[in-house]
Amino acid sequence: MQRLPLSFKITTIILVFYTLIAGLLIDVPALNILNETIRNLFFHVTSWFAMVFLFFASFVYSIKYLRTANERDDLLARLFVQVGMVFGAAGMLTGMLWANYTWGSYWVPDPKLNGAAIAMLAYLAYGVLRNSFQDNIQRGKVSAVYNIFAFVMMLLFVFILPRMTDSLHPGNGGNPAFSGYDLDNTMRLVFYPASIGWIFLGVWITEMRFRMEGLKQRKK
Amino acid sequence: MAELKNLTAILVKEFKSDFRNPYVLGGAGLFLLSTLFVCYITIKRIHQPSIWVALFWIIMLFTSFNAVAKSFMNESRARMLYLYTLIGPSIFIVSKMIYHATIMLVLSMVAVLVYTTFFEITIEDRLVFFASVVLGSTGLAITLSLLSTIASKAGNNLTLLAILGLPILLPLLMVATTLMKNSIDGIDLSVQYKYLFVLFGLNLSSLGLSIVLFPYLWRE
Repeated sequence: MQRLPLSFKITTIILVFYTLIAGLLIDVPALNILNETIRNLFFHVTSWFAMVFLFFASFVYSIKYLRTANERDDLLARLFVQVGMVFGAAGMLTGMLWANYTWGSYWVPDPKLNGAAIAMLAYLAYGVLRNSFQDNIQRGKVSAVYNIFAFVMMLLFVFILPRMTDSLHPGNGGNPAFSGYDLDNTMRLVFYPASIGWIFLGVWITEMRFRMEGLKQRKK
Repeated sequence: MAELKNLTAILVKEFKSDFRNPYVLGGAGLFLLSTLFVCYITIKRIHQPSIWVALFWIIMLFTSFNAVAKSFMNESRARMLYLYTLIGPSIFIVSKMIYHATIMLVLSMVAVLVYTTFFEITIEDRLVFFASVVLGSTGLAITLSLLSTIASKAGNNLTLLAILGLPILLPLLMVATTLMKNSIDGIDLSVQYKYLFVLFGLNLSSLGLSIVLFPYLWRE
């Protein structure tokens, strides 16, 4: 992974601060039950986007590692998963808070929620698997194989299974997604920059951690 | 054609070694029977179909962990390396998957027989019921074939297999339980076919991924 240019970092800072300020201040459609919680769209949905993007990056680096056996690719695959888990945890916590105010409970037996929890468990298992090896090359290979397997299966859980059954979740089972509420398109003005902002932030954190690991190894 | 010959040769070898040394299969079968009996002694009667189905699949899940994990522990590293140079990894994993699927099918039929005798229930749609048993148990066998290879690389640890396997197997179990519960309730095939399709698809995707990924696991 190459060093990120300064323009990338400035864009990230602008996008993240724009999301935080505009996300809390712009006018949102006034709706029953949802009320101001609709702002969670800028934080909850976008966190999941960032998580899926980071896991996808990890998946790509795992494939690269299996082809090249370059240790840097294995390191990047690991770091992308770790940063992705942070965004996944953020998405889950914001979703649980929102669910408590709109559905009346922190957790409901909903296919989308269960799918997300299963995906997080699979990546926690990835961490456990990595720690059970002594040999670097074998660790890299076996965990890359599991990562690829888990990612494809995660795509199946998160995107296909919830669509088979009814769900309380907005966008499923006859419940409109945000485009149904957002008639004058004001929310899109924050939603898209927010998605890009969180993804960029995740990539930036990963790049910094990658450089840190490189420095650590040089010190040894 | 040579591939097919190799495949059958390996399968014959697996079954022969099971006849000579029946403790692996016998152990899994005995585990299944004792679990079923413990459930019968402690629960005695199940009135709700959803609990009936859930208990059945939990028993099948742990039986499959036992049956599949043991088979890889038997294989010595030297013999696996020998077979690899002889026939190639893809054929090897396919033959392993067929072997595991056969064992799981036999065990699941025993389980259905004993379970329905212990806990009586009227099944409306027998054909779909058996389809769910067959597809569910082959899915368990296929997915666990790759995962038990991964776990065996990390020191043959049954706990690790459970950690790696549970999140990946949960969607499969979710679909299999829905299918089975609907078949007991006699839900129409027009609703059921999409679950059948997804269950079949999960089997296939797991099979395809295993064939692609297994060659990377083998080389050390």
